[in-house]
Amino acid sequence: MGVTPDAEQAVAAAVGAASTVVPVGAGTQREVGGPVPTGTEVGAPSGIVAYDPAELTVTAGAGTSVDELDAALGAHAQECVLDPRDRRATLGGLLAVGLSGPRRLRYGPLRDRVLEVRFATADGRLVRGGGPTVKNVTGFDLPRLLVGSFGTLGVLTRVILRCQPRPALSRWYRAPGEPDAVRAACLAPSTITWGPDGTRVLLEGHPDDVDAQAAAAELVALPDDGPAWPDAPHRGRVSVPPGQVRQVGAGLAALDGVVWLAEWGVGTVHVGAATEDGLAAARGVATAAGGWLLRESGAPTLDGFGVALPASEVMARVKAAFDPTGKLAPGRLPIPGAGVAAPGVVSGGRIGGPARA
Amino acid sequence: MCFPASPAEVAAAVAVAARHDRPFVARGSGTGLSGGATPVGRPVVIVTTHLNRILDVDPAARVAWVEPGVLNLDLSRSVSHLGLHYAPDPSSQAACTIGGNVATNAGGPHCLASGVTAAHVLALDVVLADGSIAQLGGLEPDQPGYDLRGCFVGSEGTMGIATRVAVRLTRDPTVVRTLLLDFTSVEAAGATVSGIIAAGIVPAALEMMDAEITRAVEDYVGAGYPRDAAAVLLVELDGLEAGVAAQVEEVRAVGREHGARSVRVAADERERALLWKGRKSAFGAIARIAPDYYLHDVVVPRTRLVEVLLEVYEIAEEQRLTMMNVFHAGDGNLHPLIVFDAREPGVWPRVTDAGDAILRACVAAGGVLSGEHGIGLEKRDAMPLVFGPDDLDAQARLRDAFDPWGRANPDKVLPRGSRCGELGVVPEGAWV
Repeated sequence: MGVTPDAEQAVAAAVGAASTVVPVGAGTQREVGGPVPTGTEVGAPSGIVAYDPAELTVTAGAGTSVDELDAALGAHAQECVLDPRDRRATLGGLLAVGLSGPRRLRYGPLRDRVLEVRFATADGRLVRGGGPTVKNVTGFDLPRLLVGSFGTLGVLTRVILRCQPRPALSRWYRAPGEPDAVRAACLAPSTITWGPDGTRVLLEGHPDDVDAQAAAAELVALPDDGPAWPDAPHRGRVSVPPGQVRQVGAGLAALDGVVWLAEWGVGTVHVGAATEDGLAAARGVATAAGGWLLRESGAPTLDGFGVALPASEVMARVKAAFDPTGKLAPGRLPIPGAGVAAPGVVSGGRIGGPARA
Repeated sequence: MCFPASPAEVAAAVAVAARHDRPFVARGSGTGLSGGATPVGRPVVIVTTHLNRILDVDPAARVAWVEPGVLNLDLSRSVSHLGLHYAPDPSSQAACTIGGNVATNAGGPHCLASGVTAAHVLALDVVLADGSIAQLGGLEPDQPGYDLRGCFVGSEGTMGIATRVAVRLTRDPTVVRTLLLDFTSVEAAGATVSGIIAAGIVPAALEMMDAEITRAVEDYVGAGYPRDAAAVLLVELDGLEAGVAAQVEEVRAVGREHGARSVRVAADERERALLWKGRKSAFGAIARIAPDYYLHDVVVPRTRLVEVLLEVYEIAEEQRLTMMNVFHAGDGNLHPLIVFDAREPGVWPRVTDAGDAILRACVAAGGVLSGEHGIGLEKRDAMPLVFGPDDLDAQARLRDAFDPWGRANPDKVLPRGSRCGELGVVPEGAWV
């Protein structure tokens, strides 16, 4: 289905009519956070709506895959920094779980790339927030509200994202020393990873600058696409103040059957565990360091977040304001007082969006 | 009006307002341009200028915790010895406060590449409208739940008062080059702006000044701007040596291709400072022309810049007003500046009519009402130009979730009747 006003209205109508709404994309982020409830699955239209390279913005259906967006922008040597592991992921899905990719150190979080959102409300209306221009303070920031809201405030149908020129060169290196030394020696590394196998660095930019920075930091180029991100049956993402990453690393290193890799300077630590107990132990390490662990996949009996939401009274009021009956993605976020929709209300139908394999 | 000296005193002042069911308005240095901090309806005015301490600077994490009354430029100066700076740099940065910057989601010339305030605020301690204190956001990269930090930044005091702000500090670039390009038409300057972006360059800053303001500035500070130019572009490129050197040549080529008469590259830091002094003195310069000005702030898609600029000139002509333009061309952020003498009989309606016409022209071109000044009182009633009833309703719901009592700077940003089902007109004296 193309991204037409009719298609978006159809999504809104479906959301309004359903008693429990389960927003779905490609399913790549399905296990992130709280469990997916049963209910009416609603997908968003997919496709690029508008793209003018001279504007450095792109308008696309929320059901558009990262692969498709990459292809469109790549044809003009541009990109939108999203970088999910599985590039079949949809824009709406990534926004809903708030996944910022591994180049966050240089390019900032996902929420800074979202200019405008359109979403279907619980009562079946289409609402637009933000605006199409790269700079905008007109009204309250609904785009940021929606990023990371797990589909609990509305179902994204269409988004406008900020793009950027692709760097002339991207190259991964191994660093012989400490990650802080790399950060001091390089002006703006795109990624610094730190883990049991040491420090790796992604440099991007003009080839001469990349070479000069690598030489200054005594980096060794490696002919690969960077380190392997931890993979295991049970996965999670730790978020700690960046200064606590070393403590988290030490704690995780002491755990059996746990693999991990940190984004230095950011505070994200990717964790994989052979067992559910292993991931629970990793969460303990994160919590002790003043952070938390988001369950990303596997570990079905583990709580999705493992922490109470901060400023929970305000969050509960936000939830109630947008979804007074608690029908949108119940259980995906641990909002106090939001309850869980009545069980047994399963229509099982699926409206809109690309067919799922 | 009160001047709290601690977060607890802010909370106490808000609690007093709550007990008497009175609105409250936070105020910093009062440099805002959209009336966001203007007291309406006899509110308790809570001035944050005594909360002016830089509490902590962590150079390794590149984070500073500051109180809301800290001046923007003071923050950057205080960390400059560490090779760091605070990126948002509004024109008023010598006088405006971080708290005010948070409220308006302030920008500045260097926000083209680095983003406006929202991209630089990591966490906030806020006093909510019931006097309670909450921390929004955090130093960890992600927080569970809704991005209340993101909602609060730019909420113009309608969601509470920030008492402590954690800001991201940015490393100073290794190399900075500043160029001045001069043109015989605004069309050529505008085409150069589009050409630079289309060439894959996002400069650190990309500013445009038209003929009137260029002359005014040159007469005022003598920065070496060409007095006969129809428009000049001030382009700043930063980063690393090779990339910047290549971009300087590309910008030069794009400029020449579009008919730039001259391309001047600042030879040293002194010359660079002089070029910027011209840009930053614009508002001082116009005081020599007329005693009053009305500065607008609208954004259009960058590719529509010239077309809207020409419309702005037409509007000025129709209303028989002097209009100057000095603005952030790189992100399409226009700042038409109406220069007038308020003592002239009948001038004020022409000024406001021109302002309305500018807003409509921008919206018609696919633009928005404000890029960095905010909505405040000034543009509140223009919000329906860009948002439908359902859009405004959603924004009102968000605001009310923070402040169900309607006490935090009410009457700002959203026009009355935004909440669906709300009475179109609030009864006179409802909160007076």
